[in-house]
Amino acid sequence: MIINGVQIDATFAEAFPMKGTRAIITAQNEKWAMIAAQAMTGFATSVIACGCEAGIERVLSPNETPDGRPGVSIMIFAMGGKGLAKQLETRAGQCVLTSPTSALFAGIDGGIRIPLGKNLRYFGDGFQTSKVISGKRYWRIPVMDGEFLAEATTGQVDAVGGGNFLVLAQSQPQALAACEAAIEEMKKIPNVIMPFPGGVVRSGSKVGSKYKTLNASTNDAFCPTLKGSTKKTDLSPDVESVMEIVIDGLSKEDIDKAMRVGIQAVCNLGVENGITRISAGNYGGKLGPFHFHLQEIMA
Amino acid sequence: MSALTFTLKIRPEQRVDMSPLVCQKLENLEPVEIAAIKLHCGKKKVRVDELFAVSGFDTKHILIKNSVAKLDYIGKELDGGVIRVEGDVGAYCGMGMKSGVIKVFGNAGLYAGCEMKKGQLEIDGNAGDFLGGALAGNKMGMKGGLILVKGNAGDRVGDHLRRGTILIEGSAGDYCGSRMIAGTIAVMGNTGKFLGHSMRRGTLLLWNAPKLPASFNDCGSHTLAFLPMLFKSFQSLNSTFALTENAFNRVQRYAGDMSEIGRGEVLVRIEN
Repeated sequence: MIINGVQIDATFAEAFPMKGTRAIITAQNEKWAMIAAQAMTGFATSVIACGCEAGIERVLSPNETPDGRPGVSIMIFAMGGKGLAKQLETRAGQCVLTSPTSALFAGIDGGIRIPLGKNLRYFGDGFQTSKVISGKRYWRIPVMDGEFLAEATTGQVDAVGGGNFLVLAQSQPQALAACEAAIEEMKKIPNVIMPFPGGVVRSGSKVGSKYKTLNASTNDAFCPTLKGSTKKTDLSPDVESVMEIVIDGLSKEDIDKAMRVGIQAVCNLGVENGITRISAGNYGGKLGPFHFHLQEIMA
Repeated sequence: MSALTFTLKIRPEQRVDMSPLVCQKLENLEPVEIAAIKLHCGKKKVRVDELFAVSGFDTKHILIKNSVAKLDYIGKELDGGVIRVEGDVGAYCGMGMKSGVIKVFGNAGLYAGCEMKKGQLEIDGNAGDFLGGALAGNKMGMKGGLILVKGNAGDRVGDHLRRGTILIEGSAGDYCGSRMIAGTIAVMGNTGKFLGHSMRRGTLLLWNAPKLPASFNDCGSHTLAFLPMLFKSFQSLNSTFALTENAFNRVQRYAGDMSEIGRGEVLVRIEN
């Protein structure tokens, strides 16, 4: 398959089941809601070492938030429910509770309930109070700038992590420009996040390593400087840079949509902008049960 | 299907216990069986059809017409369905209610909504003492749900209130929120003496400055984030509480009752 001169490989991205949740952070203005959201989703690019993958889903207008203030919707994904709950609570406590004027609300009403403000309330040292409003419990925790309002729980649901595609280009600036265009479009899709810095990964990994202590290492098949030194290179001579976009989402369909608009945005730049191929992280089906076939998605 | 309607034919000389006439107890009963139900009326028991003309079939929608203040326990332990009452009701209306809606187009007597657990009780007129309170000797009043009074309420509103919301468009009597354990009482009118007497936790939300006991301490003026959400939750009500011009988030906060654990609060609207 070729779109606008860009070859779409007959391969698939492999993804795996995760647990996911969403929280809504509001503040006095969008600037401070975004600061709290960025803090809460910081150091959360990959479960390999961060414990979770997190990102900003979108900015919310005041009429979309529970308390009528500007807000930001964030999503967190982890390999299991316990890990997710721990990451959510730690991050909420250290990054949102501490952020001026912030409030924290559930972003998923259904699913298994996991603590959001339920345990943070103990920071109130006995002065915390709860209010049940429209059947939902909220905790009011006295803090130095007034009160921190946090919904007691949010919903944990089954999710999919690790959807991805690779952008192969003739130069590093062209690869980055294509990924930026893709991320711009993918941000418009609900229920997904791209957890890496700016949504783009330059250090895609393969499973395993020659070093026994490492369970992931550089994806040498797509490293352009190794074209002549690794036996399994997957790059043609004209490819000088490869970047990856990783997607976590609440369902396979959500990731499908995000991949489609992302790949389309890259293809719109076309071969005249140095984009040669779109490929995907494929580990022979060993990594996970969710397979995203690129050509099916773009058909 | 037309609402199951009980139209009072005669004014009873004694008080009548209406507790058998709730939706869940009448379900699957034939009209003749409903008419034959016996109600306590003073020392006697009388058949339903001696007091009421019965019509309609829908046991999930009960209408009581020509009601008077001698009809006690209307909607006692109601568990789903709607009861509408045209006229006044006696004591214990909606007592221990589990779910559903009771609408009273008149006044209510003592202990309306006492110890109710869930659901909604609306009173178009005034309510008597111990609205949403606990029965004498019991330690917990209303445990959930919402009571809306469009007129005034008597003394001891929300006595021992454990959870839930009581909204009063008019004024409340003395000892409003006495011995409150938690929950919310909002009063748009005035409040009487000994407001929040021995309250432990919970919120008394007031539109007008009260005469507070000495055991409440001023915590200053604040903008509280939960208030807009609370008012938003009232927007579906047929009440002045639903009007956006009556909502506010700037309050003077008083903590008390310091003679108890002092975790309760009285929030008084600060006009912009």
